[in-house]
Amino acid sequence: MNLLKRIFVKVGILPFLLIILFILFSIAESRFISISNILNVSRQATYLAIVTTAQMMTILCAGFDLSVGSSVALTGIAASMVMVSIQDPILAITLGILTGIGVAAFIGLINGITIALFGVSPFVVTLGMMSVAHGFALLISGGAPIFNLPSQLNQTLGIGKIGGIPIPLLMACCIIAIIYIMLSKTRVGRYFYAIGGNKEAARLSGIPVKKYTCLAYVLCGILTGIAGIMLTARVASGEPNLGSAFPLESIAAAVIGGVSLRGGEGNLIGAIFGAVLIVLIRNGMDLINISSYLQMVVMGALLIFAVVMDRLRLSIKSV
Amino acid sequence: MPESLLKAVNITKNFPGVKALDKVCFELQAGEVHVLFGENGAGKSTLIKIFAGSLIPDKGEILLKGSPVSFRNPYDARKKGISAVYQEFSLINQLSVAENIFLGAEIKKIGILDDKKMLQKAEKILNELNFPLNPKKKVGDLKRAERQMTEIAKAFKNRIKILILDEPTASLTDMEVKRLFEIIKNLSAKGVGIIYISHRINEFKKIGDRITILRNGKNVGALDMAEAKEEKLITLMTGQSVKNIFPKIPFKTNEVILSVKNLSTRDGLKNISFDVRRGEILGVAGLVGSGKSRIGRSIFSLEEICAGEIIFEKKQIKKISPKNCIEKGIIYSPADRHKEGLVLCRSVKENQTLASISLFERRGFINLNKETETVRKVVDKMSIHPPDLDRKIKNLSGGNQQKVVLSRGLNQKIKLFIFDEATCGIDIGAKHEVYLFLKEQILKGAAVIYISSELPEILRLCHTIMVISSGEISSIMQSEDASEEKILTNYFGMEAV
Repeated sequence: MNLLKRIFVKVGILPFLLIILFILFSIAESRFISISNILNVSRQATYLAIVTTAQMMTILCAGFDLSVGSSVALTGIAASMVMVSIQDPILAITLGILTGIGVAAFIGLINGITIALFGVSPFVVTLGMMSVAHGFALLISGGAPIFNLPSQLNQTLGIGKIGGIPIPLLMACCIIAIIYIMLSKTRVGRYFYAIGGNKEAARLSGIPVKKYTCLAYVLCGILTGIAGIMLTARVASGEPNLGSAFPLESIAAAVIGGVSLRGGEGNLIGAIFGAVLIVLIRNGMDLINISSYLQMVVMGALLIFAVVMDRLRLSIKSV
Repeated sequence: MPESLLKAVNITKNFPGVKALDKVCFELQAGEVHVLFGENGAGKSTLIKIFAGSLIPDKGEILLKGSPVSFRNPYDARKKGISAVYQEFSLINQLSVAENIFLGAEIKKIGILDDKKMLQKAEKILNELNFPLNPKKKVGDLKRAERQMTEIAKAFKNRIKILILDEPTASLTDMEVKRLFEIIKNLSAKGVGIIYISHRINEFKKIGDRITILRNGKNVGALDMAEAKEEKLITLMTGQSVKNIFPKIPFKTNEVILSVKNLSTRDGLKNISFDVRRGEILGVAGLVGSGKSRIGRSIFSLEEICAGEIIFEKKQIKKISPKNCIEKGIIYSPADRHKEGLVLCRSVKENQTLASISLFERRGFINLNKETETVRKVVDKMSIHPPDLDRKIKNLSGGNQQKVVLSRGLNQKIKLFIFDEATCGIDIGAKHEVYLFLKEQILKGAAVIYISSELPEILRLCHTIMVISSGEISSIMQSEDASEEKILTNYFGMEAV
């Protein structure tokens, strides 16, 4: 019991949930631990893992971004609009990707400027932006999906493989590696942790707090944009309602993975495992035929549970 | 022997990692003004919070007029006639003075608040205390001294047997202090027992009958006021003789490094001018709220300056920001290290290099080995304990945390250190080390602005002493000419001299 408590205090609730879920789903449905399902889970997890990485930038700086879902949708729509308007497939894809990521970076910039410079709470800003971006996505697409994207997009970024490994998975691994190094070995990461841990102390230490807070949201935007492009490639169309579950799931993944919502604490690997856990839960529930409505209930409850556990962990720790 | 009003026997109280009180005995007689004296963190606040019912002791007994009592909350204590006035105000800014006075003890008529009666009663209390306050005024609009009066008035709404005052004069003017002392004398004549916490030796000598000294959670002595000589008190308080605590720091006249001319800020500094020389410690003394902290903050560009200039090394600092200051060689260590100094959830190492991470960068990456090596040396040099670089800084004691903050200046060439309450809440051993650190920097040719509320530090460490009152310099004196008396009179402005 004491050992369990020590593990809980050190790494949080995640390992326990993983073990319990694995056992439960394996008993309920034997397909759960089949090779094809594990591949399936890892493919599904790539997108959430990237968005969680994006989300983590803002959470480290004691904020969060509710607009990641809408930003994914708008990225997809903007990229699709550009792609369908250009003949040459390579040029179309290149410009489409740049436009999509550019739009997402811009959303991040607006979020960042409003939060860092004007001191508005991340909750209000990103909640508003969630509606603005989703609204734009519906407006310019007319509410309908955009088809006829260049087929090369889906064949490479969507379902392509290099050496038998899915390209999305490879991309996710690259992004995670880069961000991991950035967080642990560069001043950007150091400053994010410092700003989230104590903004005032960071400022007094000569850290340009506003600039770096803004940067966190821009980075979040860019990464979200990449996820948006990859998802669009995957579904082979521009979908104005893509990614609506991302805000909740990415925040939940980060928190379950030990990233503190108060800022300044947590590591990326934990957050990625959090994302994997969430995909596992969704996958397991799909396999045992739990309705998507009930899945929503479970996901929301899980987020609340994770935050309560985080509090509990903190209170045990301080004794 | 007069009867014992309150008696505490072997009170012990533990907080995580600290023994705040260790078998403390204390006795208060009716009609007595009993001073509680000790360093920050010695356990004074814990003890009075136990008397006032807001903390529950782990062990020990409290006797009220000879019969044992146990308070579960402040309400219990208040019912028995014990009222406390804390240093940190427990006032609600949005409510009026009268509403604050009766907060938690509202007068009701068939369930509905009787505002008129409360207003009348509040007026009566304020009149008795002779406080010139309008009970209808919102507390948020009051000056600090007026809030202090409101806080004191709150304690008087009940018939009290014991009144606890935690540094009540910290923000009062000379006149107001005199009035407060009259009230205290009046009360004690009526048989009320008063526990009076203060750091100001000359002040409490005028009012106290007896004094109890706490050190590291232990009662180290109870004296009659007549026996309480300053040297003896400091020795009891610190456990060491005065000579051993404060190093002698030599001062050689040198060129001016920082020159502040006619500085005014939006939030209260008026026309401040002074010079600091290399190798000099400039002490800045003043009451809480006098603006002494603002001097350090405005040089480090944390306050909005509306007039005047700051000249550092013969060049005017124009575009100022903390970053800019650090690059020029000025470092500021804030008074509240938890709020402004440290990133509590991060490691010792990250906190130590917070202001100088760019020194360890090569081609965009932090050279973690070099960083660790540097911090290791600093930790050894400053004897930071435990010497574990990756430990979260919140798990260090206050003294060691403070050493980490101060040591930040060691990573780069710092020419001017600004310390604001550098020794607040740390034990005497750590204080001594802080003083030695100061001395070393001075010997290396740096200059120090030392802002402090602790008069012994100001008097014994600093070469030049500047006293601030209501945002203005009320006097600048050489340490040879200074005395506690002289500084205290200057606390209340020039007209009092």
